[in-house]
Amino acid sequence: MIVAEAKPIEDVIAMIDRYDKIILAGCKECVAVCAAGGEKEVQLLASALKTARKTAGREIEIREVTLERQCDPEYVEGIRGFAGDYQAILSIACGVGVQYMAEHYKTIPALPGLNTSFMGGSIEQGVWSERCQGCGQCILHLTGGICPITRCSKSLFNGPCGGSSDGKCEVDKEIECGWQLIIDRLKTLGEFEARFTELFPLKDWSTSRDGGQRKIVREDLKQ
Amino acid sequence: MKTESRLEKVLEKGAFAVTSECGPPRGADPDVIREKGKLLKGVVDAANITDCQTSVVRMSSLASCLILKEMGFDPILQMVTRDRNRIAIQSDILGAAALGINNMLCLSGDHQRFGDHPQAKNVYDIDSIQLIMAVKKMRDEGKFLNDQELTKPPRLFIGAAANPFADPFEIRALRLAKKVAAGAQFIQTQCIFNLDRFAEWMREVVDMGLHERVAILAGVTPLKSVGMGKYMKNLVPGMDVPDEVIERLKGVEKEKQSAEGIKICIESIQRLKEMEGVRGVHIMAIEWEEKVKEIAEGAGLLPRPKV
Repeated sequence: MIVAEAKPIEDVIAMIDRYDKIILAGCKECVAVCAAGGEKEVQLLASALKTARKTAGREIEIREVTLERQCDPEYVEGIRGFAGDYQAILSIACGVGVQYMAEHYKTIPALPGLNTSFMGGSIEQGVWSERCQGCGQCILHLTGGICPITRCSKSLFNGPCGGSSDGKCEVDKEIECGWQLIIDRLKTLGEFEARFTELFPLKDWSTSRDGGQRKIVREDLKQ
Repeated sequence: MKTESRLEKVLEKGAFAVTSECGPPRGADPDVIREKGKLLKGVVDAANITDCQTSVVRMSSLASCLILKEMGFDPILQMVTRDRNRIAIQSDILGAAALGINNMLCLSGDHQRFGDHPQAKNVYDIDSIQLIMAVKKMRDEGKFLNDQELTKPPRLFIGAAANPFADPFEIRALRLAKKVAAGAQFIQTQCIFNLDRFAEWMREVVDMGLHERVAILAGVTPLKSVGMGKYMKNLVPGMDVPDEVIERLKGVEKEKQSAEGIKICIESIQRLKEMEGVRGVHIMAIEWEEKVKEIAEGAGLLPRPKV
């Protein structure tokens, strides 16, 4: 899923300072799962913002909505009926959701309430970790199912570097050395000899963000 | 392909090579390099110029190399893949060769987290092994990484680093083998304080026959004090400083610790000289270049051979 976290409340308060009537829009997909932008977070944020504004002596009207998805035109259009009555849309979906709001409601400012962080999964209650950088050309079959681009702090294809110590990365003792993980896993799979000794060729980054904004067109699905 | 590298010639001759390094200044003063150069003149076969080591901004390696070259040195251009993509890397390789640089050390570089600009975006378009492959391809095939022909191949003696003390230990010799397969011709190792562990790595390297395919220059660093020893042990990633080295420094009076550090360094070189497969030493006297001569002299490495 796309993992995001709330911006500091002071930042959000400053962002909406010039508005007195806003829509606060959550999303029921990834950001709801990672407890950053679902229905519950919409309620909590709305009440925190109202309290802050009340304390400042200038009340704010907040219309709370949580869409099925903010990355889908059909659902984003769901607020068409009343969007024009508000001065801004504060979205606590991922960056995709904020931009979809901006694209659909061209005269209304769309504001980000979250910092969209990475593609990852949950490790335990309240902990999420990055797994994929969306390079557009998956090599996980060659690296024991562990992504060197994401898990190695230097994205080395022929790691580990000289900074790997006790299975940890030199960048931070909290970060596992991605290459230690890859080596351990290749050994478990009996693929170490075959895979590790091979020189990994240069990566073609043109399928990554480096090729410009990406788009997938499925002719078989187009109408 | 043979190059004009003095280091290559010294190694070819079968002599025990000596290299050292100069850290460029955090400013535009060329005299800092010249002063460091004077201290190394006649003492080393080649001198490395670091490339924004520890991710701290310094004068560029290529510019500093040229200043040393003007003084008659055969500099080793260090290049990290942290700050450059393949376009900039290939461009700098051509530029270096055009300016008469004969040696290049291919590195991935310290992560910017440790440096003075931790807010920077890193590049890592390619890694250190792929950098070796790039230089080799340009030199031996006369082609860019995209397989297009280039007009005049850069004649560079290709080096790489190895850290025998990083984890996992069991893959360290294998990783060296990858660097050799990629095209590395000389290796400069991480600072060696734990000679027993280095010997263990070296034995593996010899067993794999790698010492015959690549010239291994053992890295040494003189410790100035107990404090420096502790710092290296605890705070520098991938460094192995055994307790007995620290204890030995502690055993002498504070003002004699630096002399003891030099003594330890000389003894290390003497032991390294006897190890099978070690073809030279790389003396990294960190901001202490004035001691390189004393160390080389003490270890019986002077005068340097004429080639």
